[in-house]
Amino acid sequence: MIITVDNLSFSYKSTPIFRDVSLRADKGELVAVLGRNGAGKTTLLKAINRVISPQHGSVMIEGVDAKTMGPMAIAQAVGWVPQSTEATAMTVFDLVLLGRKPHFRWAPSKEDYRKSEEAIERIGISHLALRPANELSGGELQLVQIARALAQDPRLILFDEPTSSLDIHNQYRLMATVRAIIDEGERAAIMAVHDLNLALRYCDSFILLKEGRVWAAGDRRVITKETIGMVYDIEVDVMELAGFPIVVPHSTTQ
Amino acid sequence: MSRTQTDRYHAYIRAKAALGAALALLLVVATIGAVGIGSIKIPFSDVVAALVRFDRSGQGRIVWDVRLVRVLGSVAVGASLSLSGTMMQSVLRNPLASPYTLGLSSAAAFGASVAIVFFGAGTSTSSTIIISDFFTVAASAFAFSLLSTAAILVLTVLTTISAQSMVLAGIAIGSIFSAGLTLMQYLANSVQLAAIVSWTFGDLGRANWRSLLVIATALIPTLLLALFYRWDFNAMDSGEDTAKALGVRTTALRIGGMLASSLLSAVVVSYFGTIAFIGLLGPHIARRLFGADHRFLLITSPLIGSLVLLAADTLARTILSPMVLPVGILTSLLGGPLFIYLLIAGRRR
Repeated sequence: MIITVDNLSFSYKSTPIFRDVSLRADKGELVAVLGRNGAGKTTLLKAINRVISPQHGSVMIEGVDAKTMGPMAIAQAVGWVPQSTEATAMTVFDLVLLGRKPHFRWAPSKEDYRKSEEAIERIGISHLALRPANELSGGELQLVQIARALAQDPRLILFDEPTSSLDIHNQYRLMATVRAIIDEGERAAIMAVHDLNLALRYCDSFILLKEGRVWAAGDRRVITKETIGMVYDIEVDVMELAGFPIVVPHSTTQ
Repeated sequence: MSRTQTDRYHAYIRAKAALGAALALLLVVATIGAVGIGSIKIPFSDVVAALVRFDRSGQGRIVWDVRLVRVLGSVAVGASLSLSGTMMQSVLRNPLASPYTLGLSSAAAFGASVAIVFFGAGTSTSSTIIISDFFTVAASAFAFSLLSTAAILVLTVLTTISAQSMVLAGIAIGSIFSAGLTLMQYLANSVQLAAIVSWTFGDLGRANWRSLLVIATALIPTLLLALFYRWDFNAMDSGEDTAKALGVRTTALRIGGMLASSLLSAVVVSYFGTIAFIGLLGPHIARRLFGADHRFLLITSPLIGSLVLLAADTLARTILSPMVLPVGILTSLLGGPLFIYLLIAGRRR
């Protein structure tokens, strides 16, 4: 098992953000974390790679307690793709090479350059390699972040709502890229995501958070009109279209 | 064999390194050229000859005993303020962070005024206002700069204030010290008041070999420290969470970066007074020319800061010759419009 999270809880001051969350992900598995705004999805991801320190529970990365790992060891094992990033004046290659930082001390080695180049080619952004990041579109920038996470060569990649600012073309392109990376069978991924239809199409298992607690968890069968209704306070139909389950909302519950 | 992305990237890096080397060469040439400029003009070749032969007779005496120390002072001060600004902007993730905007200069000015008013460190001769006890003034300015640094660090560590808001906190701290400076000016007698005003004009005429040694002792370790963490600074540019996820200890980097850059700028302003805008102009021009990669920025920004201050001081020495203007007046006068231009040009890009 690449990642095992047991009874994880985090409070900000005295306000609980999420409580007793457990999840697992193995190689080749893409786990979706679903829930309304403020349900604790992003905070949960940050607690998994210890960007923040959870007060209770455990995170085991390939059997090792994350608490006993230093920041560099965690960075070697866990990649992070944020919702958005500062578009700096560094080039795409610079940014992807930054993903190798946990693996070198003073300067990148030939291996670091090779892995960065592989990641750039794997994501299909070779034509952007020497472009400054602040000249890229939002969709291109997200691909750069995925390439950086891939260059990091982690066993687990955390995605924080990576499609939230993208148009439908780039949403599906990005999700297909992520799915292909996970299907290579070397890595697991956990993705906080808002779009239920994207999640249903590309993810293997689902954690539904409501007010910081796990409301439902499992494979596609947990996505029902009842669970969605309870978690999102909205009436929906869950149906199948062209071989994929889709969620169709009615109207918001008053 | 076709070129790989890595080959292209290395070629791109080599081109930037060549541009950086050209900038360093330009600074050397400009430094020698500036030594030759003044009320008595000394040809470039004569300056080089005097420097190479350690000739201290005739024109060599002007080179070694009058101009070189001031010119090297502008190089060292420009590099220090610019490096401080670069580091502050990175760790606070705010392009407006600099020793000036974070209130360090105001604190130093207040410290100097305290020394002048309460310790009698300012006096006058029949024709000029002089700082009679320069060591006390510099020590007091340094102490209050440290106090300002401590206030910023305490805010950084103990409160939930965001790094970006630190510049606002710096403005607030600066305004408190500015109010204190006004109070000191109100309490001062006419000679003390003139000494305070004279000190607050950033002036490279105060440069001497001892002050250069002190600044070099602060500048070189700070530069080496910053270069050691250049990849961490790069990671910070992508956002704090991303930097943490790449293994950067962001709190330690912020505290260490602020401490080192604040100490460096405190040393400079304690000796030379308020020299505005260099801590902003150096990093911003370097970013325009070299991008945001700190492997280059941490070297080229000090080079550009040196060049800008060297140009400003040369202008200050010659524009109303034989009168020599304090360079702080020129950096404020010309730096403001230039910085606005950079902001507008940056937005258009």
